[in-house]
Amino acid sequence: MKFKQKDILGLEGLSPEEINLILDTAEPMKEIMTRDIKKVPTLRGHSVVTLFYEPSTRTRTSFELAAKYLGADTSSVSVAASSVQKGESLRDTARTLEAMAADVIIIRHCAAGAPHQLARWVSARVINAGDGAHEHPTQALLDMYTIRNKKGGFKGLKVAILGDISHSRVARSNIWGLTKMGAQVRVVGPATLMPPEIDRLGVEVYHHWEEGLRDVDVINVLRIQLERQKKGLFPSIREYTQLYGLDQKKLQVAKPDVLVLHPGPVNRGIEISPEVQDGPHAAINEQVTNGVAVRMALLYLLMGRGEQDEVPA
Amino acid sequence: MKYLLKGGMVVDPLSKRVDKLDILMDDGEITAVEHQIDASGCEVFTLDGCYVFPGFVDLHCHLREPGEELKETILTGTRAAAKGGFSAVACMGNTKPPADSSSVISFIKDKAQEASFPVYPVGCATKKRAGEEPSEIGDLVEAGAVALSDDGDSIMNGEVLRRVMEYAQMFNIPVISHCEDMNLTGAGVMHEGLNSTLLGLEGIPSAAEDVQVARDIVVAELTGAHLHIAHVSTARAVDLIREAKRRGIQVTAEVTPHHLCLTDDAVKDFDTNVKVKPPLRTRDDVDALYKGLKDGTIDAIATDHAPHRRDEKEVEFNFAPFGISGLETAVPLVWEYLVESKIIGVVELAQKMAYNPAQILGLPERVIKVGTEANLTVIDPGMKLPVRVDEFVSLGKNSPFHDWVLRGWPVMTVAAGEIKFSRSE
Amino acid sequence: MSPREKVQIMNAEEIRRVLTRIAHEILERNAGTEGLVLIGIRRRGVPLAKRIADKIKEIEGTSVPLGILDITLYRDDLSKLDYHPLVRKTEVPFSITNKGVVLVDDVLFTGRTARAALDALVDLGRPEFIQLAVLIDRGHRELPIRADYVGKNVPTSRRETINVNLQEVDGEDRVTIAEKET
Repeated sequence: MKFKQKDILGLEGLSPEEINLILDTAEPMKEIMTRDIKKVPTLRGHSVVTLFYEPSTRTRTSFELAAKYLGADTSSVSVAASSVQKGESLRDTARTLEAMAADVIIIRHCAAGAPHQLARWVSARVINAGDGAHEHPTQALLDMYTIRNKKGGFKGLKVAILGDISHSRVARSNIWGLTKMGAQVRVVGPATLMPPEIDRLGVEVYHHWEEGLRDVDVINVLRIQLERQKKGLFPSIREYTQLYGLDQKKLQVAKPDVLVLHPGPVNRGIEISPEVQDGPHAAINEQVTNGVAVRMALLYLLMGRGEQDEVPA
Repeated sequence: MKYLLKGGMVVDPLSKRVDKLDILMDDGEITAVEHQIDASGCEVFTLDGCYVFPGFVDLHCHLREPGEELKETILTGTRAAAKGGFSAVACMGNTKPPADSSSVISFIKDKAQEASFPVYPVGCATKKRAGEEPSEIGDLVEAGAVALSDDGDSIMNGEVLRRVMEYAQMFNIPVISHCEDMNLTGAGVMHEGLNSTLLGLEGIPSAAEDVQVARDIVVAELTGAHLHIAHVSTARAVDLIREAKRRGIQVTAEVTPHHLCLTDDAVKDFDTNVKVKPPLRTRDDVDALYKGLKDGTIDAIATDHAPHRRDEKEVEFNFAPFGISGLETAVPLVWEYLVESKIIGVVELAQKMAYNPAQILGLPERVIKVGTEANLTVIDPGMKLPVRVDEFVSLGKNSPFHDWVLRGWPVMTVAAGEIKFSRSE
Repeated sequence: MSPREKVQIMNAEEIRRVLTRIAHEILERNAGTEGLVLIGIRRRGVPLAKRIADKIKEIEGTSVPLGILDITLYRDDLSKLDYHPLVRKTEVPFSITNKGVVLVDDVLFTGRTARAALDALVDLGRPEFIQLAVLIDRGHRELPIRADYVGKNVPTSRRETINVNLQEVDGEDRVTIAEKET
């Protein structure tokens, strides 16, 4: 199968076959990470730019290492959140990066759709590293890679996404990806953090953990942005932790071999208890390793696309 | 100079008759409307196959001057209006400075005079459009304001709205209400629903409009003032207005072309040109708007022409300003989506775009009648063209309709007795 | 146009005999299996390496560590392809540093695959030496590379293709030659 995407903007636009190809390709990439010399010459002479309008050390580092392991040159552009609207416009930054002949631009932006707009403005490949509350495709792919490694597949798997669904790009990308691959996805969280008509995406909606987490194979715990509380979206952090923080008690209703994921960074003791975070069910560190492998796979597949838009048969 | 408009189908919104008639204009006045008029001594316009309407009136547009002349000026905006088939416009008061004083109203009137186009300014309902104290309404009316509005914002304080309405009533002018509960809107940038969930964009619930429409109707009933509701976009708002009219409350309403032919599906590729307030709603809402237009709940179609600079719109969706440049696409959009698809007929079109807007603003009656000033809009239903934003006269190129192929373009506009636009020129 | 009729140049029996000979040559040249590892290049080098290892076990009674090398990421023609080919896993679950590595592949042609394999190998460690074993050497080298063990030298024209079919991959053992489609 040939990978025909120019950009990776979200999982909404990927087919199950493409998702499988990415996950399959991540496997040999992970092997490279175990070597003494963690570098192959595949993308030698190609430039990868990370353009981050939101601070995220872990995602940026993961992408940069992925690019470097594949032999690409990387450089990073950071724009402070406070100057997003005051500084150079995204349109002008796009012009600049285009003029500098960047091959891949990896963009993280607080505004949904910014990567889609960028992709229209540049000929470079664009990878969405998270846009507002819209999508975070590489996070979902690494979550899915981790799930596949641990559970062997997706068909019929019960996956609960727990927390602030409204503001979560991780949730949306996971919903797209997992439902495409045949998993049964449910979202669990307070009504104030549940986006309207989410059920129309083919997920079940739960507000209480007793039902929401029952018999699930996987729990993906979302990071709660503490500033949401100030906007009145939940009454207090204490109550949030009581109702939605994943602890040993709540874990009991899930399957005995439940897999616990968290995109990080973790608010320790708030959305997940230290016992669960450091316990045998959690695969949070493995997710980080897998993240590099999945991003290597994406870079490899994206850069493989030839210059032609239409491929001769 | 005598002009003869020959062979067009003349539409009369009052008698509801459509006749093939010749129209003779002499020195800006209509001097004859008959089946055959002798062409001698006249410049003749052959309008076979075209419809001739009383001059369309856009009762809601933003001309941006004073203050934001890079977006639009009174000159460019009125030229765009003429090209778009409008013979008069009412411009909103959210300029910089806002039109909350007679000096700004006078400035607009002066500029309109220079542009030689009928412009009817809408004065601000409250000082600085802050929603706190009524503006000097008497002075605004004296200077030429035909209505009051804080359009762009809602007057959130019901007490202030009440005083504005009571005061406006003394001068017999309408209060035009932009109905939006700003708290319910919050940081919303599009309609709240499945699409906002998919796109991860903050939603504006229909309730933000509905609660304010309900409140404004109730306050209108309390005060007896003429309430005109701008850019209705929700099914519920249509129901509320229908019910208010049934109760005999003096309420009128308008809808924009973009709310009639786009839904929130259009936001899917993050085109900032579809970012507008109120937001594009759902198919059900659009159907309700059609129904409201047909049964008379919605009196008028108005552009809410909101030009912006290209660089202002070429930003992230969240950061882009709201608004669509609509003067030059309104007529063919309405023709293609409402007339061609038989939602409304040409008589209703004459009512919604000429007669009713003029009535709402208290302008001279828009009918084609001997002895009146000539105000005409001529539409060629056979003309089929793509929308080209680069050909807009308006400085605002922010249109989501670029490349749309539409039928029913205006081919001639006569405003205040002068031919302001003719495609054959 | 369809390819001209294939001509068989080796059958299953011949392949078996050739691999036996190569196993003997490897043992002879390296004086046994001490410090020796076999690494097959994906895809058909892998079963060939396995067969040679089995043969060595048969002859010598000792097991030689067996590895799998995927050279896709080291190809020098990636930027010329419309799509990057599928990458598979490299599986060399032992250190090759200070070992004698025998690389195994089915056909030696331009030498570019062997070049990529050499680059890939040195990224995995520093072997004492690297030798190359191939089933078929068809000539037309574009790089200064030669094989240490050759099953069969087959003079070809550039317009011909060599097809190696192996039981493990293709369900049968045979080598054919055919005119390339034009």
